Amino acid sequence: MSQPRTLQVSTPNDLEIVIVREFDAPRHLVFEALRTPELIRQWLLGPPGWTMPVCEFPQLAGQPYRYVWRNQQGTEMGMGGTVLEMVPPERIVTTERFDDAWYPGEAVDTMELVERGGQTTLTITVRYESKEARDVALRSGMETGMAAGYDRLDQLLIQMAAGKP
Amino acid sequence: MNVSLRRTPAPDRLDATFMALADPTRRAILARLARGEASVSELAEPFAMSQPAISKHLKVLERAGLVSRGRAAQRRPRRLEARPLAEANEWLERYRRIWEGNFQRLDALLAEMKAMDPHRTRPAR
Repeated sequence: MSQPRTLQVSTPNDLEIVIVREFDAPRHLVFEALRTPELIRQWLLGPPGWTMPVCEFPQLAGQPYRYVWRNQQGTEMGMGGTVLEMVPPERIVTTERFDDAWYPGEAVDTMELVERGGQTTLTITVRYESKEARDVALRSGMETGMAAGYDRLDQLLIQMAAGKP
Repeated sequence: MNVSLRRTPAPDRLDATFMALADPTRRAILARLARGEASVSELAEPFAMSQPAISKHLKVLERAGLVSRGRAAQRRPRRLEARPLAEANEWLERYRRIWEGNFQRLDALLAEMKAMDPHRTRPAR
């Protein structure tokens, strides 16, 4: 299996989940792709078959944003929050709350961009209000839980493979 | 910023698997069992923990279907059950593929944007 670029997922502490990915583009372009609604809806789509009929993202801090995804069966999934910081071209901070809350409270998403030689590293940090909230996310077997568990599980499976040929 | 799989039904057992994996001692127990079956006292040995404390962890792992008990009457060795882990890993892999899918779409978009970028400049050295 060849991955063009590696996606790193880790849990550096009790509250956070961190996703890191590098892009072959200068920082100001990645920044635009992260904050411009017409661009966001072209890539932030999730599983095959989902589209993003609602994508509202303000260009200034202090304003709300809203995303709604829809699949072919018509099932919708919405989330939104407030943009807390907008620092072109390096940093966006937002709150995050899903319509059907599956973890208590809000999470805070921090997106940071660092450019080196025309390559840009995107770091997304999702910070939950409490360890409890993050653990609910972990337990629910959802997106973040799966991400956080991935590296640990991978290690475990490697060990299993080594132990049981 | 996160696209979740929330609408995809998560079987209860998957929840149980992730809950069981959320604890470092339980992960260590599974790692130990990956090398071969072991009794409760053998499992308790490397940990600064009483056998009842280890038994509690084992109960969680058994409920998640990750560990089963052997028949040998006295020892009742525990062994690892690989299938729930494989199922959980499938979900994780799927999650990862989704983010990878998002980011690969973003790669393609950025390539287009780069080609059309009016402020195209060489990075300063």
